[in-house]
Order: sequence, then C-alpha cells, then structure tokens
Amino acid sequence: MTYKSFPHGIHPPENKDHTSRLAIQQFPFAPVLIIPLLQHIGKAALPIVREGQEVIRGETLARADGFMSVPIHAPASGKIKRLSLVAGISGKMVPGIYLEPTPGSTQEIIEGQPCLLDTATPEEIIAAIQAAGIVGLGGAAFPTHAKITPPNDQKSDHYIDTLIINGIECEPYLTTDHRVMLEQSNDIMLGIRYLLKASQAKHAIIAVEANKLDAAEILRVAIPADIPVSVEVVAVKYPQGAEKILIKALLDREIPAGEHSSSVHVLGINVATCAEIGRLLPHGRGIQERVITISGPAMNKCGNYRIPIGTPVRFAMEYLGCSDDLSEVFLGGPMMGNALPSLDIPVTKGTSGLIAFTQKETGPGLKVYPCINCGACVDVCPMDLNPSQLGLLAKQQQYEQMAKHHHLKECFECGACSYVCPSHIPLVQYFSSAKAYVRKNKAA
Amino acid sequence: MTIPHKKAPNKTLQIRPSPHISGGASVEKIMANVILALMPTVLFAIYLFGLAALVTILIGTFSCLLTEYLFCKANGKPSSISDNSIIITGVLYSLTLPPGLPLWMVCIGGIIAVLLGKLLFGGLGYNLFNPALVGRAFLQAAFPSAMTTWYPAMNADRFTSLPLSTLTFPFTTPSYDTISSATPLAAMKFDQILTDSSDLFLGLSSGSLGETSSLLILTGGIYLIARRMMRWQIPAGIFITVVIISTITHNISPNTYPSAQFMLFSGGLMLGAMFMATDMVASPITAKGCFIYGLLIGVLVMIIRLWGGMPEGVMYAILFANAVSPHIDRWTQPRPYGYRKTKS
Repeated sequence: MTYKSFPHGIHPPENKDHTSRLAIQQFPFAPVLIIPLLQHIGKAALPIVREGQEVIRGETLARADGFMSVPIHAPASGKIKRLSLVAGISGKMVPGIYLEPTPGSTQEIIEGQPCLLDTATPEEIIAAIQAAGIVGLGGAAFPTHAKITPPNDQKSDHYIDTLIINGIECEPYLTTDHRVMLEQSNDIMLGIRYLLKASQAKHAIIAVEANKLDAAEILRVAIPADIPVSVEVVAVKYPQGAEKILIKALLDREIPAGEHSSSVHVLGINVATCAEIGRLLPHGRGIQERVITISGPAMNKCGNYRIPIGTPVRFAMEYLGCSDDLSEVFLGGPMMGNALPSLDIPVTKGTSGLIAFTQKETGPGLKVYPCINCGACVDVCPMDLNPSQLGLLAKQQQYEQMAKHHHLKECFECGACSYVCPSHIPLVQYFSSAKAYVRKNKAA
Repeated sequence: MTIPHKKAPNKTLQIRPSPHISGGASVEKIMANVILALMPTVLFAIYLFGLAALVTILIGTFSCLLTEYLFCKANGKPSSISDNSIIITGVLYSLTLPPGLPLWMVCIGGIIAVLLGKLLFGGLGYNLFNPALVGRAFLQAAFPSAMTTWYPAMNADRFTSLPLSTLTFPFTTPSYDTISSATPLAAMKFDQILTDSSDLFLGLSSGSLGETSSLLILTGGIYLIARRMMRWQIPAGIFITVVIISTITHNISPNTYPSAQFMLFSGGLMLGAMFMATDMVASPITAKGCFIYGLLIGVLVMIIRLWGGMPEGVMYAILFANAVSPHIDRWTQPRPYGYRKTKS
C-alpha cells in the first residue's frame, strides 16, 4: 500500500522504539517550579498573584494580556515564592513566577466555569480555549484560540472546510503524540467536537504517519458515528508534521506565501492540543501539565511523562538519572529542538521533548567544507528553496538579497538541508541569524 | 516526593545549532567513493597499456597533489588535500591522457589543471571548470601532436618496458618507438574504418588511458548513481541527445556518419559523461538544470564530432557547458512552496 506524502524531505533514524511502547506516567512535583509568563507566541501574561500567596492547583496565576496572549495556571498547590525574571529557552530573560508546591498536599485540581459542548456558541468555545491557556503543544506554542478565530479582514473566501488533527510527530525520539493518541482517544474525539463547532469546519481528518498504525487503528475505532471524522495514514517522512507540508501531503493544497492556512480553508491543530481541549473544557480547567518524551542516549530512564509545567530540566534529569558523559540537552526533537545553555530552565507548554546526548552523539564537531554544489539540500528542501544559494549569500552577509530574491522568510528551519549537507555547512544557523537581521532592520 | 538519587553532572553543555543529528554524508566520503568507482577503469588502463599507464597515472596524480599541497603551504592556509577531491582531479586528468605521453608534459598539465583550473578560483567548491579538463585542454593546445599520438593497446612487452616517448627529456620533442595506432574515432573520421562495437564496449581499442572500456566506466557510474553521489540526469541528457542526433544523421547517410552505438562507446564520451560532466561543482545544482546541461553537452559533442575539424569533442563540449552552468542554474531555480497557483 502506498501512502500519501509530499515531495522532497528526509528519513532520519526514528529512535522512537525506546519510548513508543511506554505508557504515559505522572511525573512528580519538583521542590520549586519555575513558571515563565511567556510560554507562547505573543504577549506575556500579567501576574495576578503576590509573593507569599498560597495558590491551589489549577488556579489562574496570570491573566491574558489582550488577544495574543493566554493565561497561566498554577501547576501545583503551593506558595508563590518569588515574582522575578526567569531564563527562557532562548537564553533571554522573561518575567516569571517561582512556585513552591506544598509537600503532602492532595494536589486536587480546582474546577472552573465549564464550557459545555451542547450549549456553547463558537465564540464561547474560542473564549474558553483562551481561558484554558491552550497553545499549540506540538512545539510552536501559538495561542490556539487565535488560530481558530476567523480572520477579520472580511475576505469571504476564508472559511474553514477541513480540520486537520496533526498526529504526525515526525521528529525523531518524540513519542508524546503517539501515546496521547493511544491513551486519550476519547479526549481527542471530544476535542474534535469542540473544534468542529468552533471552526464550523465540514469535516476533520486525523493525520497519522505509517509508523503509528496502532494509533490509527485505535482512533478509527473511537470515532463516534455522529461526527464527520476520518483517520488518514501518510508515509513516514520528515518534516511532514509541519502544517504547510502536511496540508500539501494530505490535500495537495499550498498556502500562498505570506498567508495563513485559512486561505486554503484548513485549520490545523496538533493532536495533543486537541486532546487537552477535550480534557479541560468540560471542567473549565487550564493547562497545568503536559505530556513530554524524555529520551536520548544520556538518559537512564526514558519515557513519556505527564509533567507539571515549570518543572526544571535539572530536576527531571536528576529524577530519571543521566549519564556522566552528558554533553548536550535540548528541548523538542533533534531536528528543530533548541540546545539548552543550562539545566535550570523549565519545561513549558511548548516543550514536546527533552532529549539528552552524550559525547558519542555530539562528537568532535564536523569539519566544514565549502559548498560543492552537490544539490542534496535542494533535493530535500520541503519548501523548494535553494539552501545552497542562500548559504552562500549568508556567508557574504547578503541578508537583504536573501530576503528579497531568495524567499528566506519561507524557510521554517526544519533542518533537512543541514542534515544532508556533505560539507556540514550550518545552513539553519545561517538562515535563522539572517532572518533575525532582516527582522531587526525592518523594525528599525 | 522522591528525592533525586543522582546529581546531574555539573559541566558546560554544548550548545550546537539545530539540527542536532546529521545524515552522515561528507565531502571526504563522496570523494572516496568517486575514487573507488574509478578504480576498475584505472586497473583496466594498466592492464591495457601496462607500465606506461601506471607511471602516467602515478605522475599525473602526484603532480596535482603536490601542486595543491605547495600552494596551500605557500599561502599559509591549512592543506586541503585531505578532502580527497584533488586525487579525483589527478586520476581523472591522467585518464584523459594518451599512453606514452612524455612524463614532463604529464607534470606540466597536472600543475596547470590544479593551479588554473581549481586553486586560482578559490579551491574546492569554487572552480568554474572541471580542473582535469583544464589541464588536458592546455596540453591539447600546447602539444597537439604528442596528445594525438597513440601508443597501441595490448603491446606484448607493455609490462616490462616503458615506451621510449615517456621518458623524453623535458622540453625536447619526443621520439616514438612504435607505430602509433589510430583511435576508433580518428579511424572513422579520417579513414572511414569502423571499429567493432563489442571491442569498443569492452575497451579493447586504442585511446586515452581511461576512455576505452565503456563497460567499466558505466559500472563505476552506476555505482555512484545508486549511492546517490551522482546526478543520473547528466549522463542521461548526454546519451539522449547523442543517440537522437546520431540516429538521424546515420539514417541520412550511413557511410559518412557512424551509428549511435559507435558514438556512445567510442572516444571519451563515456568517461566524460559519467565522470567529467558530473563534477558537482562545475555542473548545475538542480536535477532539472543537470538534465538541460547534459542535453547541451550532447549537442556540442555531436556538432564537434560530426562537422568539426577534430575527431573528438567531449572535452570542449564539457568545458563550454561548465561555463554555461551558472546560467542554467539561474534559469532552473526551484519555485518555492506557496508561489504556485493553488488547486482547491
């Protein structure tokens, strides 16, 4: 059987076997949780608690600051130790809250105003999604309510016909979406009901890669008869989980440059995000934890964990045990994840994985050669760019040229070009700094 | 709450940019595989021409290597010979030479190939032309008679003695001890003698060291294509135009123009199509561009071979196509996602 897919792309070793069969386990509370108020794309949430205040698990700690913002909920019952700047994953300091969970507390989660599927209007569902602090859990951390909200530019052709539930999880090592699909199919179905109603999409497709056929089967069985949902299996290929690429693979539609998925009538939602909507909205709760894969050769006990938001990476690694040969730790998958400068950085809503490498994987660093024009990068680029040409221009610091004539902004830094480059040119690094430069120049 | 049982090692973490894994390809590996793919051809050249081939290949390769090494040293740059690419240039260059070429000419051509063909452009990755062909083109222009005097293949004493011409004193005219034999292409062009095509395919004919056995060259090329280290579009483009044009001309006038079979398996076409035209640096980057580039080479080869003054035209065809390659690149840029008309 041949499955649908997209042109180009790569097949990195999956390395999912260590964790794909391990059920999701609850992770314990760290002595101190570090909760950044900016865990999403947009504006930081505004704290509504004081230092020294006792809070209950699930209580709102910070409220959304406008539309492009989401509230933050207490991941544990405990005491607010400090309001101060905390390190974000980029190394930049952001406002945050230090929360000390109360030892021996029952850690009961408080219930809020439920959003009932049968009575709520689409607007109420969207508001409830924002109130629950839900963002894209696949890694982008884009506020979900903002994604569902119809664009207000009054273009009549921007309706949604297809809701894509993205269970691709194409990054190596990561198995969180896989486990969520296996274990939370009912939450996913309820989430789809909410999303169908909120977006007014005609039908939903749950997209799964062919390496998760067990999940596809469980979901197929779980589909209720009264909603238009189908499960579609696509071939295993990286970076199929990227929304633009998945839309191309499934529907053969391309989002015109500079536009959103709504212009091709698609709403894409990560499967774990969808499950959270189904799990939280009926209880009026907010996100206080998420499922993450902790894996990699430097970890002693790999697995999938439901981990409180704000758990410091150091605590997670010490709790599970890690090799003395530890060399690199990154959040997310090995293709697009960010390496951590220190272990005192918390797991946030957008953290899908915590992967630790030893010296063996990081190696002595590969020798960089000049581009030999082999074209491997052109052959794999899912966006059909010319990474070789962009790389040469970046080396000459022709950033404006890259943006103007070579579609720099279309690159979403999937890393396929760097992965195949025989000259080991750090193309992704070049492109992200070029983009930062262009952004800064535009702003100035 | 569980007490952490072991402290995380307190050490500086590496902060590498993503992606954190690599596909394992490397310039050295690609180059080593090209050398491996060339080995059958090299060994066959030695079998066919004996010591003459062996010393030519050794001296040719060594002169290229030494030039690059000394150039890097003189410029205070780290030596670039470890990327293996210079060995390919050296071996390829040697394989284009006629057996029995005076060794001092072999040396000069090698120096020119590397210096003018590669290093002055900026070294690996920057050469506009295939360096091996630059070296050969120079020799062809400077020593046309030595470059077209062919020591016959399968000489009985080829493993025991060197042709007299090889050891000619530098800058003197070489003298030849054996009657020079014509290459199949020259025999066809000037005397209308056809060489048996199975001999051509297997390589039992006279010619430059490495161009005789189409079979072995194809084997090496197919190996590289299978390992995705060569774009099949380039040889395919060349073969298609050569077959089409020669089939047409052969049908019009079978006596003047040889058949497609003969055209494909004679002269430097196979070596050129598989190993010279496919120099990654000097050929276009996209698959589509490579196909157009291949077609162009095929057309140029046929023009020179059929209507030109020389029996062989592969070298010049490739050098011209090399010059056009950046322009082909500009015309065949991929169209990015989202810049197409959407179907919906």
